[in-house]
Amino acid sequence: MSFMKLTASTLAIAAVSATAALARDNIQSAGSSTVLPYATIVAEAFGENFDFKTPVVESGGSGAGRKKFCEGVGENTIDIANSSSRITQSDIDTCAKNGVTEIMEVRFGYDGIVFASDIAGPDFAFTPADWYNAIGAQVAKDGALVANASATWDQVNAALPAQPILAFIPGTKHGTREVFDTKVIVAGCKETGAYDLFLAKAEGADEKEKAKAAEKACNTLRTDGKSVDVDGDYTETLARIAANKQAIGVFGLSFYQNNTDKLKVATINGVTPTVESVAKGEYPVSRPLYFYVKKAHLGVIPGLQEYIDFFVSDDMAGPDGPLAAYGLVPDPELAKTQEAVAAGTVMGPLN
Amino acid sequence: MTDISAAPASGSHRGSLLVQDELTRKRNAAETRFRLYGIVAISIAMLALAALLISIFSAGMPAFRQTFVTIPIELPADKLDKSGTRDSAVMAKVTTVGYAKVINEALAAALAAKGISTDGMTEKQIAGLLSPEAPAQLRNYVLANPAVVGTSLPEFELLANGRVDGFFKGRVTMESAKLDSNITPEQLQVAQKMTDAGLMGKRFNWAFITAPDASDQRPEAAGLGVAILGSLYMMIVVLVLSLPIGVAAAVYLEEFAVKNFWTDLIEVNIANLAAVPSIVFGILGLAVFINFAGLPQSAPIVGGLVLTLMTLPRIIIPARAALKAVPPSIRDAALGVGASKVQSVFHHVLPLAAPGILTGMIIGLAQALGETAPLLLIGMVAFVRDYPGGLPGGLFDPATALPVQVYSWTTRGDPGFVERASGAIIVLLVFLLIMNAVAIVLRRRFERRW
Repeated sequence: MSFMKLTASTLAIAAVSATAALARDNIQSAGSSTVLPYATIVAEAFGENFDFKTPVVESGGSGAGRKKFCEGVGENTIDIANSSSRITQSDIDTCAKNGVTEIMEVRFGYDGIVFASDIAGPDFAFTPADWYNAIGAQVAKDGALVANASATWDQVNAALPAQPILAFIPGTKHGTREVFDTKVIVAGCKETGAYDLFLAKAEGADEKEKAKAAEKACNTLRTDGKSVDVDGDYTETLARIAANKQAIGVFGLSFYQNNTDKLKVATINGVTPTVESVAKGEYPVSRPLYFYVKKAHLGVIPGLQEYIDFFVSDDMAGPDGPLAAYGLVPDPELAKTQEAVAAGTVMGPLN
Repeated sequence: MTDISAAPASGSHRGSLLVQDELTRKRNAAETRFRLYGIVAISIAMLALAALLISIFSAGMPAFRQTFVTIPIELPADKLDKSGTRDSAVMAKVTTVGYAKVINEALAAALAAKGISTDGMTEKQIAGLLSPEAPAQLRNYVLANPAVVGTSLPEFELLANGRVDGFFKGRVTMESAKLDSNITPEQLQVAQKMTDAGLMGKRFNWAFITAPDASDQRPEAAGLGVAILGSLYMMIVVLVLSLPIGVAAAVYLEEFAVKNFWTDLIEVNIANLAAVPSIVFGILGLAVFINFAGLPQSAPIVGGLVLTLMTLPRIIIPARAALKAVPPSIRDAALGVGASKVQSVFHHVLPLAAPGILTGMIIGLAQALGETAPLLLIGMVAFVRDYPGGLPGGLFDPATALPVQVYSWTTRGDPGFVERASGAIIVLLVFLLIMNAVAIVLRRRFERRW
């Protein structure tokens, strides 16, 4: 065989094997780092027990995952986007523009958001109002808005320990921050009466716009270093609390449950966050967790239907499954989700 | 003569040679001071290095040893192979849940046989002594050896739970277990008794090097297998592409190209590219290789191509320096005896520059090996459990890389992953050390000085 022939045949073999490998036989998903541990637990169990390959799970954030999801249909795009907040209209529009029209929305459980401090520190019992008065930029005092001057927690609420205020809250790129803003800060803003004061002087064409402006004013936090945005993961918040034992951090319930020997959790409105109290709706700060599936990929990517069925099955997402053991709050309406997934129901327009 | 012998009557040196004057003392003091600065600077650097290495090694060395539980296991045929065919395809229907029950029974029997009391512990707590990976270990073993069903394995090794493992490594204590929702002091006491009875023990953990990643619930099972393979595949792509392209570019620019505006422009751009932040190459890779060329996500081929782009300028620059260091007399002599330009370059200049080029190549590869940022954008920062296939098809299978594995382990919630991440850093450091050592040896052996 001449050198030319040898080269040509080698190239041909390489090309054939390359195209053979290009037909993807593993599921690919990306998105929220909150959903990541649950997705990896399911992927691992799926790979162990099924005749399919273990799905690949990327993290990178809910927004980034949905953006990737909406890049188009085909084997070099991902099949599933994991998200700790609901898909937005602009995502759906982007998806539609790129040919991703049929999207299945699957809510597989809830995640609690907890406030925790160093294990050796004092106990904290918060209300949303305490949080707003502690880290809001402007607070209501005697019927007027004044700049927040509280330096210790007992100045906010006499029942709290006399410890300097220092809060590590998730940065704005996190899905957790959105929940913190709406369920803690805005709720606290309304409780303390600051919301009404903001509303009174809000400018806007109609009531809706005024309400929006007032909420935005509520979400303006003080910038004098008492409230610190953490852009990294919960591990970074934990490290910062270990270095600064007076601080209070915001964590996911599952992260706290894996670090109960280092962290002491605070109650909100007198309720201790547990999987049960979040499931019953007693603990106020929680959010649903979703994943989104491209219907066009069902039947094309081997094992995709089996994987999503397995994800929402009672063995996985049920109250006695490994996800609940890790800290997922099971969805009381899981049976409905299972039906929708089995039937391949496509999500309707956002309401 | 008189001029020479005449002493410098009113010269600069007035005092005795044996007694230092003011100026000399000052100069000597300045020299001593400077040496002191140097020693201080070096000791600061050495201290920083020592602190880094001590912290990484003290946190990471435990990852190389793992606690295992060794117990006899009955494999009842009526539970694991109802069909009786011993066909692993049929037996695969029994999931890990079925195997977990078999293991729990075996563990209870083993504890009873050794007289270890588990009073006051729930079934879940007893099962919690073992890793959630244990049923998968047994299932894989049984499916690979279907004939063992119906018999009894006298000694089967299973992974212990990460918290139990942490207890024997000093990460978990009785005090912390009281507060820990994942382990109780009673469990640790049983674990201690099991160790005394010889059912549990630590040994070197090959699985840390060979096993794939594991989920958040199983830090004890997580390994670097996929990451090492992924890094290896990427380095192969980088080597195969950047060595010929880089050397060809350097040879052409240094030996053949005429000096004009265009070559100057190229030169400036190469120097510029070498300083571009690596994440930029990731963005480029996403746009060109995945979105335009349609290559798969998370694949070592894309990672390798991106790292090639990043490494090329870092190879061309030292390669050109090596070519430049070959004295012109070599070229002149070759041309003088009638060699063509190409012959003079390939027969004489390139072989003499080869050690320098190779050194630059290896250092470029070492940099590429430690790179994370560009891989973030092309989907290689991911949870991948299946090994990529053999070459060349495996280049298109999903994989991760060593530095990426370090990054993703540091973000995990379970404290067991801290040890894993430090262990992965040690493995990465060993690879880098080997590559840099090879570069130094090559340089020492083959470098020629003129």
